[in-house]
Amino acid sequence: MSIGHYLVLSGVLFSIGAAGVFLRKNLITLLLSVEIMLNAVNLAFVAFGRQFGTVDGQIITFFVMTVAAAEAAVGLALVIGLFRHRESLNPEAFTSLKW
Amino acid sequence: MGSDALLFYIFAGAAVLGALLVVTQKNPVYSVLALIASFFGLSGLYVLLEAPFVAVVQIIIYAGAIMVLFLFTVMLLNVPREDAAEWDRAHPLYRPMAVRIGGALAILLALELGWALSRTAGLGGGVADEHPAVSSVAELGRVLFTDYMFAFEVTSILIIVAMVGAVVLAKKREE
Amino acid sequence: MAEIIAWVTSPEFIVYASIVGVVFGGLQISAAVMVYAERKVAAFMQQRLGPMRVGPYGLLQPVADILKLFFKEELRPKAADAFLFTLAPIISVATAYVAFAPVPFGAPTTLFGLLDEPMALQVSDVNVAVLVIFAVASMGVYGIVLAGWASNSKYSLLGGLRSSAQMISYELAYGMSLATVVMFSGSMSLREIVDLQQGYWFGVIPKWYIFIQPIAFFVFACAGIAETNRAPFDFPEAEQELVAGYHTEYSSMRFAMFFMAEYINMVTVSAVAVNLFLGGWHGPFIPPEYGWLWFLIKLAFLLFCYLWLRWTLPRFRYDQLMSFGWKVLLPVATVNLLLTAAGVLYFGL
Repeated sequence: MSIGHYLVLSGVLFSIGAAGVFLRKNLITLLLSVEIMLNAVNLAFVAFGRQFGTVDGQIITFFVMTVAAAEAAVGLALVIGLFRHRESLNPEAFTSLKW
Repeated sequence: MGSDALLFYIFAGAAVLGALLVVTQKNPVYSVLALIASFFGLSGLYVLLEAPFVAVVQIIIYAGAIMVLFLFTVMLLNVPREDAAEWDRAHPLYRPMAVRIGGALAILLALELGWALSRTAGLGGGVADEHPAVSSVAELGRVLFTDYMFAFEVTSILIIVAMVGAVVLAKKREE
Repeated sequence: MAEIIAWVTSPEFIVYASIVGVVFGGLQISAAVMVYAERKVAAFMQQRLGPMRVGPYGLLQPVADILKLFFKEELRPKAADAFLFTLAPIISVATAYVAFAPVPFGAPTTLFGLLDEPMALQVSDVNVAVLVIFAVASMGVYGIVLAGWASNSKYSLLGGLRSSAQMISYELAYGMSLATVVMFSGSMSLREIVDLQQGYWFGVIPKWYIFIQPIAFFVFACAGIAETNRAPFDFPEAEQELVAGYHTEYSSMRFAMFFMAEYINMVTVSAVAVNLFLGGWHGPFIPPEYGWLWFLIKLAFLLFCYLWLRWTLPRFRYDQLMSFGWKVLLPVATVNLLLTAAGVLYFGL
């Protein structure tokens, strides 16, 4: 398989994730879509790393994973906090500046 | 078609299908499960790219920890299935303008990525043709703890900040 | 076609297929044996006789149990999520079986001279075996969590929630203790780790990692019991509080699959512990060719300890479980890991 195959796949996954962020109105699904985008980038990194025979691609992947874990922890804590206030996960429900 | 290509298409298909299901499922529990399936596809691709350590870590961290966290939150909030607003359940074409523009932007992004790729030279040839694979865990660890030392330390600070932040955010306010 | 037939009838393939079959069947039988042992051990610890009616000493009791489970009616709550309700036990039992795949259970053998080349007693030799087992085991929680959610019952949901929180908390300590052993041995292949534990100190004490890393073993044992949801950490199914936890709404074969998964997970955790800390198939008196006997003896002992703990210790309280995991087990495992790292670095242990 050529690097092009992997890059196309990565692009497709990234676009799906972006579409999810744009189209869905559920905070949990939004976070999941962000995870898809991060993973698409990971795939590109590993593919490039394989192409050039270095470990750097794999190592960047670990950093991305750590960031994803931190993002999930904080993001979900925020979701829980928001849900307590509004009993809803629709981002449109959180339009007031102060409650 | 060689067995490598066949495996590539199977895993890639699983990853894409899973990602599509994440975006289209109404029920967040199904979204989480679809994403796990997608991660398994990606993990298979990492094995094909001769990065078994990344493949296993992908399963342990993403599927085993982060997704459990998501599932835990979904179950804890017990998000009702009909939580999505009325128009979210409607046909995409009848949704508000903003959402339609978002969909158009996503398609545009895909087209742009495709355009950029189509104009990039040197994408042909096998990914494993030019260089031997570096898949030893020892080598990974050596580079991570020498060349990427600073980034590693910064990551640890990030994790502590995230941990404290999550605890503070999720803590119930004392009345 | 001819190639396939030649490949299928080659001795290597037959031996390999029979190893897979032996492991698969062995795990299945071990679940049945464990059910019987559990009842008998419990009975003896409570000064009872246990099952005595079916067969001599109640030996056919597992068969009767299985038949009963086969013929019971499959119930599914009306409000349950049909797809996930069926999927959950399948995930549970599948991950339980897969987790045993990279576990070696004996030195390479020629099967009493039947084969030309020695065959490794193992389904698949992966060079990151420790991590693979860890990864597959961490998948097992989905079976429980999804069962809890799909049943649409509050007891099941509570069981599932507890399970996910418990798994995340104890996985960290579990991983830390695995990392300690990996760091100490310098290998991630279970087979290599076992072979490093050959030999004796002063001609008496076997070179097992349990003697060098007792803390890691303790952490591994605690986290392993928590990961398999056994007493005193059996919160997902605490019968006094949650009826039966995540499998409250399950019956018949679907219930049996959860049951089987639990016992197979116990076997896998014990087998990994034997390999990592108890020297695997190495031991005195028995020639290496029959090393799997030692393996079985050690495995049986650890499994007995599981039952022993269950019928001796009362269950923790839920907050005690969490504070034990985060405030005791994890710091202890981390300090142990750091000390081991320092030891390996400065003394080249």
